[in-house]
Amino acid sequence: MNIHEYQAKELLQSFGVPVPVGGVAFNPTQARQTAEELGGSRWVVKAQIHAGGRGKAGGVRVVDSLDEVKKAAESLIGRRLVTHQTGPEGSLVQRVWVEQASQIKKEFYLGMVIDRGTQRITVIASSEGGMDIEEVARVTPDKIVKEVIDPAIGLRDFQCRKVATAIGLKGKLMPQMVKLMKAIYRCMRDKDALQGEINPLAVVGSGDEARLMVLDAKFVFDDNALYRQKQITEMRDLAEEDPKEVEASSHDLNYIALDGNIGCIVNGAGLAMATLDAISLHGGSPANFLDVGGGASPEKVTNACRIVLEDPNVKCILVNIFAGINRCDWIAKGLIQACESLKIQVPLVVRLAGTNVEEGRKILDESGLAFITAENLDSAAAKAVAIVKG
Amino acid sequence: MSVFVNKHSKVIFQGFTGEHATFHAQDAMRIGTNVVGGVTPGKGGSTHLGLPVFDTVAEAVAATGADVSAVFVPPPFNADALMEAIDAGIKVAVTIADGIPVHDMVRLQRYRVGRDTIIIGPNTPGLITPGECKVGIMPSNIYRKGNIGIVSRSGTLNYEATEQLTALGLGTSTSVGIGGDPVNGTDFVTVLRAFEADPETEVVVMIGEIGGPQEVAAARWAKENLSKPLICFVAGVAAPPGRRMGHAGAIISNEADTAAAKMNSIEQLGHYVARNPAHIGETVLNAMRERGIAVK
Repeated sequence: MNIHEYQAKELLQSFGVPVPVGGVAFNPTQARQTAEELGGSRWVVKAQIHAGGRGKAGGVRVVDSLDEVKKAAESLIGRRLVTHQTGPEGSLVQRVWVEQASQIKKEFYLGMVIDRGTQRITVIASSEGGMDIEEVARVTPDKIVKEVIDPAIGLRDFQCRKVATAIGLKGKLMPQMVKLMKAIYRCMRDKDALQGEINPLAVVGSGDEARLMVLDAKFVFDDNALYRQKQITEMRDLAEEDPKEVEASSHDLNYIALDGNIGCIVNGAGLAMATLDAISLHGGSPANFLDVGGGASPEKVTNACRIVLEDPNVKCILVNIFAGINRCDWIAKGLIQACESLKIQVPLVVRLAGTNVEEGRKILDESGLAFITAENLDSAAAKAVAIVKG
Repeated sequence: MSVFVNKHSKVIFQGFTGEHATFHAQDAMRIGTNVVGGVTPGKGGSTHLGLPVFDTVAEAVAATGADVSAVFVPPPFNADALMEAIDAGIKVAVTIADGIPVHDMVRLQRYRVGRDTIIIGPNTPGLITPGECKVGIMPSNIYRKGNIGIVSRSGTLNYEATEQLTALGLGTSTSVGIGGDPVNGTDFVTVLRAFEADPETEVVVMIGEIGGPQEVAAARWAKENLSKPLICFVAGVAAPPGRRMGHAGAIISNEADTAAAKMNSIEQLGHYVARNPAHIGETVLNAMRERGIAVK
């Protein structure tokens, strides 16, 4: 689950991480008022959407008067912002974050991620802040520093000092970095974050006044841990998510829309991906990815059919079930229920295999409904593609 | 021989009295698995399926000599159940649960350091040595005994490959699902190493998917260390980048993560690659003929 920048900043602040003073605003008047309350003479108005790349897309404005704050908010709120991460349709800006502009001396990158290789939280830091870290890793890999955290002892001071030294944070900034890194680690651990990214982490002010400040923060949390993360769950912004995917997930289905015309209902992510591959190899184009998961009840199968059919491009549905913990008889009952309650008009190609397959096939045969059955993955994909090609 | 489990394995079920555990314990016993009991905290002292139920894994191990556990415990409590199995000296613990918090797995993997329990999963169908021992949720009737070792991230794609092998008269030594989560108990290399050491396994099939470096890393290890032919398929050629395809681990985050890139790298390392998920079986058969390995 993703959260907005302003939510990440508020969360980090609660862990003692220094962030600029600011406030969220849902309309231009509120934005102006927020800036006025914050005081100062220069502000940053930042569009709040989940996608990255906002700066380059014009979603971040630095302004020098309260009227300009209002104007910037007017030009952002209610518009669709298109960044390299949103796709061409962009993402609707519903709020902005207004903060006092910082006197930036230098920018760094600091990230923490659960690394698959080490199976531990790993710190990634770089002296090249404010840039795309994947680009830095590709072009100048020596500018990337990594430090692996042992979950039994947590992030130690010496590890933070190693990172600080490697990216060039010296003097009074070093103990600040130790404190900041440990706070971010605690936030990751306590809130079940999969990834936390501070880009940029800035040095603001000069001389004795120099201090570290988090200017942008992006956090991703573990969906599987939300049951124990009430505060994070409340930060979920459904408006940032695809409504059909939200609906599917409310039925415990995993749905991703694609742009073809063969609807897919499959159990298991791997087989679901392989089914899309088989359709493509036969020259067809899948309309969606849909994993019904394990223990699919007839109701779940009906919901899956309904969600797939909400896509007007769907000309045929391919059902591919290889039951292990599922039962083919439940799936068959679900399909019959779906045909009757949804009055399905498009052809259904059904391939059943695995647990209780004989019972499942018998139920389909005896239903009198016009299912097109297939013996294996290859023939199921071939039949579905032949149908849509007419 | 086989890997991890065989007819001598003494299997317990954690979460024994639950619906899925009951169903799959019965199926496991039907194919000859030596199920010796189960654990359901609070129900110790009772019997289920004619077998003793214990409150703790330690008690179950002491009373039955169990060395393998099938963990059918809901995700929020699963990592704790696995630690209990490790603590009790279980040799192989298989966790079926889909949805264990990743931080729980990070802590679990740390707890395992210095202990020799093999954890299979989470989010796996488990493992099966056909005719001897099933610890998981796979439909056991599709597997027949043979000389092919299978290791996969996906469960249902493992079934798919197995059905293709069975249809061609080929059989399995042991089939292992390592699971679709980003942090899992056992990686491909651990399973490949076990297959290399197993005289009954003459051919190895590895089924991966988009996301992460593990398939290519395993193929690289196999080039140096696996004397048996390796046949691979990687699912997700048609998957769009940046979208998580069901499995928490299945997301394309850079160019090396795509299915096509992985299959190209694996092929360049000198292994066999099935480009079409429907052709896994025949790719295996062709490889066996080329290497002069008997079909059994």
